[in-house]
Amino acid sequence: MRRLLYLLPFLLFIGVGVAFYLGFQRDPRDIPSALIDKPVPAFDLPPLPGRAEGLSSARLTGDVTLVNVFASWCIPCKAEHPVITRLAREQGVTVRAINHKDKAEDALSWLARNGDPYASIGVDLDGRTSIDWGVYGVPESFLIDRQGRIRFKHVGPLTPQVIEEQILPMVKHLRQG
Amino acid sequence: MIPELGHYALVLALFVAFVQAGPPLIGAATRNAAWMNVAGPAAIAQMLLVLVAYGALTWAHVVSDFSVQNVVQNSHSLKPMLYKVSGVWGNHEGSMVLWIVMLTLFGAAVAAFGRNLPPTLKARVLAVQGLIGIGFLLFILTTSNPFIRVIPAPLDGNDLNPLLQDPGLAFHPPFLYAGYVGFSMAFSFAVAALIEGRVDPAWARWVRPWTLAAWSTLTMGIALGSWWAYYELGWGGWWYWDPVENASFMPWLAGTALLHSAIVVEKRDALKSWTILLAIITFSLSLMGTFLVRSGILTSVHAFAVDPARGAFILVLLAIATGGSLLLYSLRAPALKAGGLFAPVSREGALVLNNLLLSTATATVFIGTLYPLFLDILKMGKVSVGPPFFNATFVPIAIPLVAAMVVGPFLSWKRADLGAALTRLWVAGVVVVVCVAVTAYLTAGGGPLLALVGVALAAWAIVGSLVEFAERIRLFRVPLADSWTRAVHLPRSAWGMTIAHTFMGVSIAGMTATSAWQSESIEAMRPGQTASLAGYEFHFDSVGPVAGENYKADRAVFTVTKDGQPVATLTPERRSYPVTRMTTTESAIHTTIFSDLYVALGDPTQNGAAWIVRIYHHPLVPWIWIGGVGMMLGGLVSLTDRRFRIGAPERRSAAKAGVSAPAQPAE
Repeated sequence: MRRLLYLLPFLLFIGVGVAFYLGFQRDPRDIPSALIDKPVPAFDLPPLPGRAEGLSSARLTGDVTLVNVFASWCIPCKAEHPVITRLAREQGVTVRAINHKDKAEDALSWLARNGDPYASIGVDLDGRTSIDWGVYGVPESFLIDRQGRIRFKHVGPLTPQVIEEQILPMVKHLRQG
Repeated sequence: MIPELGHYALVLALFVAFVQAGPPLIGAATRNAAWMNVAGPAAIAQMLLVLVAYGALTWAHVVSDFSVQNVVQNSHSLKPMLYKVSGVWGNHEGSMVLWIVMLTLFGAAVAAFGRNLPPTLKARVLAVQGLIGIGFLLFILTTSNPFIRVIPAPLDGNDLNPLLQDPGLAFHPPFLYAGYVGFSMAFSFAVAALIEGRVDPAWARWVRPWTLAAWSTLTMGIALGSWWAYYELGWGGWWYWDPVENASFMPWLAGTALLHSAIVVEKRDALKSWTILLAIITFSLSLMGTFLVRSGILTSVHAFAVDPARGAFILVLLAIATGGSLLLYSLRAPALKAGGLFAPVSREGALVLNNLLLSTATATVFIGTLYPLFLDILKMGKVSVGPPFFNATFVPIAIPLVAAMVVGPFLSWKRADLGAALTRLWVAGVVVVVCVAVTAYLTAGGGPLLALVGVALAAWAIVGSLVEFAERIRLFRVPLADSWTRAVHLPRSAWGMTIAHTFMGVSIAGMTATSAWQSESIEAMRPGQTASLAGYEFHFDSVGPVAGENYKADRAVFTVTKDGQPVATLTPERRSYPVTRMTTTESAIHTTIFSDLYVALGDPTQNGAAWIVRIYHHPLVPWIWIGGVGMMLGGLVSLTDRRFRIGAPERRSAAKAGVSAPAQPAE
């Protein structure tokens, strides 16, 4: 019995090791969304205090739009922010955002600090809308076509590579279609 | 030519590492002194070879040799010299070479200064170090070779991530690695002791200084990292519970536990198998930190370039090192002889409580960090665990930990009187009440209740530790001159403990005050306008372009006044680096000991006339890092204790004879 106790750390480690191994087999970013090619879920989020426009499902038709789910407490969001800013300002893609489980003042100061490339931002204080969108964690980005359907989903921070190889070709294609 | 020499030296170092590991292990088993003696010279040769490799890589960076891929990817001819040198470890390959430099430096130190170690123990310790060296050298040579050439060589490099071009961060990795790798010594001693089958106070006297040195540098590394995050990431936060921060915090927590349990082994010959286990766990957490950062298994802004081959290699390394040592532990630890007995209320008991709480804290951080991974594997969805989880779980463990930290040193070994100890702390109790009352009055009851608990804890830790010191030197009981003599003759480890515990309190005060009572103002300001915050007036004088060596920036000038008196001129910048096309915020900070004024320049508004300006007032925030530096100093002072230098036993444990006490835990 006493010997078993001494074996316990080893057994626990085996468990952790197996978890690492399995975790290693999968790409943390590679998640299929059940919502691909479906219309965006119906929602209507209020704006940040002091701003005019929030975000609603009605707003997501007409133009190809990237919807970015972010939070001020999320460090990868900060990492992807310059990429999103460039996408919006230099590459001319409309980017709107869902502010996920964030305090309004934190979100505002985060935007003031890092720049605000978003055409509009909806506040999802309790994360209900994010659940409807199938958001697992922040940041996540969705590409919406002109009919308001989700066509592409990226989990984790956007990188210049994802923009060049996936987002921009898709935007071009969707704008033609 | 020089990069090839570096590469060649690394390959040679690998062969030498095999020599350092193999013959000494066999020699120790067969009592063959000649074979055992191979370990020392091999350790020194390995260090020299690794230093040659590191020097070659540094040379390539300093002269901007763009035929070396590592230099192309991480450097630029216009990069300031400081960052050319620090850029060597600012990337994955170079940082691994730095890692192994530290490892071999420590190994060579044991070879050079370990004369009074039992020869078999010394041979086995160096052999285990050699095994770790083999693992990491193979890792570097097969997956992360820093000396790969590019043909044709590009004209210029891609530059280092501008967020990393910062003096605070330049020196963060060496401290961190010295800490991680320092724990490898504790690990090697633990594994060697398991092979030997015996642990005694002399063993603990050897493990303690290595653990102290590792702990001190790790403390400094974490403090530097947090300081960098504070001023560079630009929103005044100092800890994010990011997976990579946690990866360095877990070995720190486990190392703190190890530091304390080794005291019990040394003084009382108890808690032996537990201390061995802690040594294994602490180094395993260091290895896991390396694995987490580089595997891409969890996403983080700090992460190095991710490559599955590297992650797989480190996973195998982790499996062999941790799995192997834990298996050895399960076989050999039950045979370790249990030592001195003690009552629950005693110095040992207090240190056991310390260990329980620190282990729980480590487990909490571990679970919080890896929970997303486990959920993902069980196909229960992806989540991110944010600061709310850690604040809700870690703080309740930290509170009793700090409260008990003050009482522990008052308890005597074997059996103690808790009531008497608390009575001697009455001064600290009074100060706590006064501090809480004054704080509540000054802030008009503002801030959460937890903040008052934080103030109480900080006061308790600072005053309680000082009271303990005063008791030791019998301050005000004997003439001052006598107290002074006593203080001078106190062991350095007693000084070290008082310093470290006191500054722990200082850190807590800083964390509490800045979390609860910081104030901020964010507005669009035009030059000429004034903002006011926390009694200070911030006048926006001007903004204009400036050029740095490898960046362009807009620099704003703010004049800060209080009641009409000038306080400071602050010049925050917004830099853009053309090579990497990144923008960074260089906040301007005016610090007094008691608060920071922090100004950061954001984007210009859309018509360009005004700028988004963020102004923060962080009360006591410098105390966080003053505390960190103080804790490191405490560790270093303790390290100079006489008994570590000459290895003389302070006293043999007197109480082998049965003291009437309940069965001791964890043995």
